[in-house]
Amino acid sequence: MDDTAAPDNDMRMSQNLRILVVEADPARVRDIVDALNAAGWDDVKALAQISALDRTVKEFAPDIVLIDLANPDRDTLEHISYVTQTEKRAVALFVDHTDDNLTKAALNAGVSAYVVDGLTMNRIKPVLETAIARFKIMRQMQSELDAAKQALEDRKTIDRAKGILMRQRGLAEDAAYNLMRKTAMDQGRKVIDVAHALVTAADLLS
Amino acid sequence: MTGTVLNCGYVPLVDCATLVIAKELGFAAEEGLALNLVQQPSWSALRDMLALGHLDAAQMLSPMPVAMSMGLGGLPAEIDALMVLSVNGTVFGVSNAVATGIENVPFGDANALLNQMARRKGKPLRIGVPFHYSMHRLLLSYWTSAAPDLMIEEVTVPPPRMADAVADGFVDAFWVGEPWGSVAVQRGVAQLMMAGRSVWQFAPEKVLAARRVWIEDNADSAGKLMRAVFHAAQWLDTKKNKPLAIEILGRSEHLSLSPDLIDPAITGHILPKPDAHPVQVDRFLQFHKYAANFPWRSQAAWIADQLGADAAGLEKAKACFRSDLYRQNLVGIGADMPGASEKKEGSLQFETAVASSRGHMILAPDAFFDGRTFDFDPENR
Repeated sequence: MDDTAAPDNDMRMSQNLRILVVEADPARVRDIVDALNAAGWDDVKALAQISALDRTVKEFAPDIVLIDLANPDRDTLEHISYVTQTEKRAVALFVDHTDDNLTKAALNAGVSAYVVDGLTMNRIKPVLETAIARFKIMRQMQSELDAAKQALEDRKTIDRAKGILMRQRGLAEDAAYNLMRKTAMDQGRKVIDVAHALVTAADLLS
Repeated sequence: MTGTVLNCGYVPLVDCATLVIAKELGFAAEEGLALNLVQQPSWSALRDMLALGHLDAAQMLSPMPVAMSMGLGGLPAEIDALMVLSVNGTVFGVSNAVATGIENVPFGDANALLNQMARRKGKPLRIGVPFHYSMHRLLLSYWTSAAPDLMIEEVTVPPPRMADAVADGFVDAFWVGEPWGSVAVQRGVAQLMMAGRSVWQFAPEKVLAARRVWIEDNADSAGKLMRAVFHAAQWLDTKKNKPLAIEILGRSEHLSLSPDLIDPAITGHILPKPDAHPVQVDRFLQFHKYAANFPWRSQAAWIADQLGADAAGLEKAKACFRSDLYRQNLVGIGADMPGASEKKEGSLQFETAVASSRGHMILAPDAFFDGRTFDFDPENR
């Protein structure tokens, strides 16, 4: 199969992908699984029964879930995604008929919904790869954003803890920070953990 | 059909009646619209199709546009609620096994029911809801949070499969829109314990939604659609029309439900269990009266608050319930307009007259089961 643009590292990661196919029709499942295998993805599981969906998503922990756009179980899958923190997981949708406008619009929308032309199996690989690549970019942006938010929160906590030390112990700012850092090193903990403990204790005592 | 073609998505539940009537009785045609009703297999699919522009408008669960305005759940898109399509109309039911452990709780007593359920020992109660961002789920969470001892697990089940899910033991209880509660009773697998309004007496259930850019680019069509829906809702909520409404809905290709399944929601005669007498539930499903179609900004704010919005999120939510467009597009056809676009949610214990454009209008009670009130005016918070 023609696979032009995918760089090496993407290929490696693609080969390790765990794919869950949610589909009740056995003939379609066979077609899809065959196409995925032919594309080099072997870690594929198919699921027909809605009642096993939440357990399977938790246990199998797929990287990507393939489900028909028209499948009524989509609402259930979305709910499971919220409760299992599955922003980290791509959901790819496939439709029965080719609809380039819809495909393009979905890809431009750029989140976890991707439209795959399910019945043109020779296209499944490039389309899935595009979907996964976009998903990775989104995930990376999200984790960078989360990291930035966390850093800001940590900064605030450390500043509060520093303020408490400066007031209670009459220390200068530098000295307050150094005291926290030394305590952290002595106890083998992080500065932010010491700061948290200090702030919590101060809240309890005030 | 002639006129401007509008593709409007819906999910086949009794409360899509307004859209069906707008089409079947020609209210849409009178406005020069060819209303094309497009059935959707799930709320996720409906949302995606609307967000991607394959639908011009759609019936949506009221929390969906609010959640999307907050960036929650699926595609980020600016979706507005043009008006409320229906108020209330859902039921809470339990499996026969759970029902045997609940004694002497009259239908609709939310407090007593919660107390009994909280005393239950053992595994968490698995409760089916149709969608994560639904009024069903928000009311369930709001109600059960009053009983910290009650362990529940919310699972999403497509409404047509709710009866099966109870029968299979996949869920112990459910909160679902009609007719699927009545279907479960008819099949003898569950008992209905209360209507949704036992938790919040005036809960906006479905809204007429469209993309904000579409509304801007198609202001004329949006106005026509709103007027057609307004007239259909008015017709539906007129007592003498109800028998005919049930017949039309029963025959409609859009719903595929038999009239005896449509009847309970439209008439408010709810059968809690097979061998019991029906209970008459006032305002079980309100399509029009009591300014039911008015998209109160405070309703959007209540939803956003339940979804954990901060002050900025509350204002975003308010902005997507378009009471401004409701006023602008419906004032010409004699719709009565409330003096304000926000109210203190939960503060009305009785039917109450409030100031309106034509003097005064009657609002229905909107109290919560626990008596709490919610004021989302930033000046009062």
